[in-house]
Amino acid sequence: MTRFLSLRFLQALLVVLVMSFVVYSLIGLMPGDPIDIMLSGDPNMTAADAARLRAHYGLDRPLHERYLEWLGNAARGDFGFSRQHHQPVLAIVLPRLLNTLYLMIGAFVISVAIAIPAGVYAARHPRSWVDQAINLFCFAGISVPTFFLALLLIILFAVKLGILPAGGMKTIGQSSFTDQLRYLILPVMTLTIINIAQITRYLRSGMIEVLREDYIRTARAKGAHESRVVWRHALRNAMIPTVTIMALECGTLLSGAVITETMFAYLGMGKLILDSVLANDFNVALIGLLFACSVTLFLNLVADLLYAVLDPRISYR
Amino acid sequence: MVSLSPSETLIRDEAGLPPATRPAVLIWRRFRRHKGALIGGAVLVALALLAVLAPAIESWRGQDHEAVNLFNRFQPASAEHPLGTDDLGRDLLMRLIYGGRISLFVGLVTACLTASIGTVIGLVSGWYGGRVDAFLMRLCDGWITLPLLPLLIVLAAVDPTKVGLPAAIAKSPDLSLYRIVLIISLVAWTTSARLVRGVTLSLKTRDFVQAAVAQGASTARILFVHILPNALSPILVAATLASGNIILLESTLSFFGLGIQPPVASWGNILTNAQEIIWSQPMQAIYPGVLIFATVISLNFVGDGLQDAFDPRTEGR
Repeated sequence: MTRFLSLRFLQALLVVLVMSFVVYSLIGLMPGDPIDIMLSGDPNMTAADAARLRAHYGLDRPLHERYLEWLGNAARGDFGFSRQHHQPVLAIVLPRLLNTLYLMIGAFVISVAIAIPAGVYAARHPRSWVDQAINLFCFAGISVPTFFLALLLIILFAVKLGILPAGGMKTIGQSSFTDQLRYLILPVMTLTIINIAQITRYLRSGMIEVLREDYIRTARAKGAHESRVVWRHALRNAMIPTVTIMALECGTLLSGAVITETMFAYLGMGKLILDSVLANDFNVALIGLLFACSVTLFLNLVADLLYAVLDPRISYR
Repeated sequence: MVSLSPSETLIRDEAGLPPATRPAVLIWRRFRRHKGALIGGAVLVALALLAVLAPAIESWRGQDHEAVNLFNRFQPASAEHPLGTDDLGRDLLMRLIYGGRISLFVGLVTACLTASIGTVIGLVSGWYGGRVDAFLMRLCDGWITLPLLPLLIVLAAVDPTKVGLPAAIAKSPDLSLYRIVLIISLVAWTTSARLVRGVTLSLKTRDFVQAAVAQGASTARILFVHILPNALSPILVAATLASGNIILLESTLSFFGLGIQPPVASWGNILTNAQEIIWSQPMQAIYPGVLIFATVISLNFVGDGLQDAFDPRTEGR
């Protein structure tokens, strides 16, 4: 187990390392470098000044040298400074990461809590009208553009009904928990609707497959209560493929968070990444992306461990 | 598609059997039973017709989809403008029709490109096996766990002149179109790669492939002439489902101002200012979103229907 864990950890570290180089190079390819931005802010600077500044900040050196220096600093916990926010990168990224995790965890828990009963019911009553309604809802969920869903929810709940805020994190002058919760409802609802579909579909087909197995018949034959057969015998095995999907959905959830946060002006990681890319805030964009990748890699590792819990045949010795 | 050989027809004749039903007919019969797929197919045909006929509709209605008229902003629906006008006084209906041209084009071309990349990787991976396979499949695994949207955002922000593109291409108005096709293909090849690899693995030990090897056929011939045709139906299903996702990604990037650049219309960029108009003109924000949704859900239903139709095991279910 320890061996497996450390191996996987090393693998994940390698992926993050490769990603950091790729993203570092890509960001160097985005329009404008910091000196261009300084130039546009100060009409008195000459080309010679710009060249001197580039040399001073090391921007004239080759890519791999600059990357290695960045990596060395990053290893010591120094991720640089944000151009836009005038703060060290970590001071900006960490609270944002926390906000995104609230959003993701909220959406994940609610979608699993709905998807499991929905998927199980649909599998036990295939072709019933409820199954078909669930199926239609799932198709709608994977087909709706996230930003449009967010827009619809804003139009419905904020514009027409006026019962929920259209965006933001809290009402100015208020700091109660329930107030902040009201701002979370629409973003979490958006993410839940797009996340729920895949889990339900995979669970349904997994359940249908498992319910045909011999051991289910055996369990019924020996007189086990139907609810025990479904929820204990069948669900546990049907969950195995579903857990893979849930883990993969974490990447989707994070992508969804970029859109949802932007739509609802929710100060999370996703909005931070988009804003910093658009504002040429390279240091923040880089760390934001790497954190986003690390989170999904970590969640995939958790899913692998969950496998072993669900399926004793799998062991990571 | 497989066609019956003359000898098989002869055998059935002599045995007094009725002529066998052609596979294409069987597939159509199974496809026809999937109501969602039929409706989806009809919707797609209608949208494709509108897209193809866009210039004709434009000259017939006498409404230029790019003509700005600032005295005509946000007109309500009228006989002249059935859906009203947008923030620059352009006819919304015409912009939606032209937007559909772009969205469907991106979906179709990118799906083909994605399927081709995936097919080549899948064939190579499955045929050579060993380290090549291990490497490519690890790459595949790593790729799908990453949060793709943040990566696409960075890719979309890359300055084309810095990658060495000649200025003539970098400044061309079509660049945003090509760029979006290219970067989405870069991230979306994994599904078809896995599918084709699976088919290749299961076929490479079969007699007809071994016979081709024994005859000294080149690897390229074996892969593309003997193996690939057997993988066409899963590739078609995967490409149909992928094109839905591609249209979602394109509209999201365009919505954020990173995809198709105005004045070229796409369903995503028509919505870019939607958040400012939902209070005054909510319907204008709804039309483009509904079109994206209708297209993507139709593609998903058609993909689902094709999957059932190609799979004889669903017969009688």
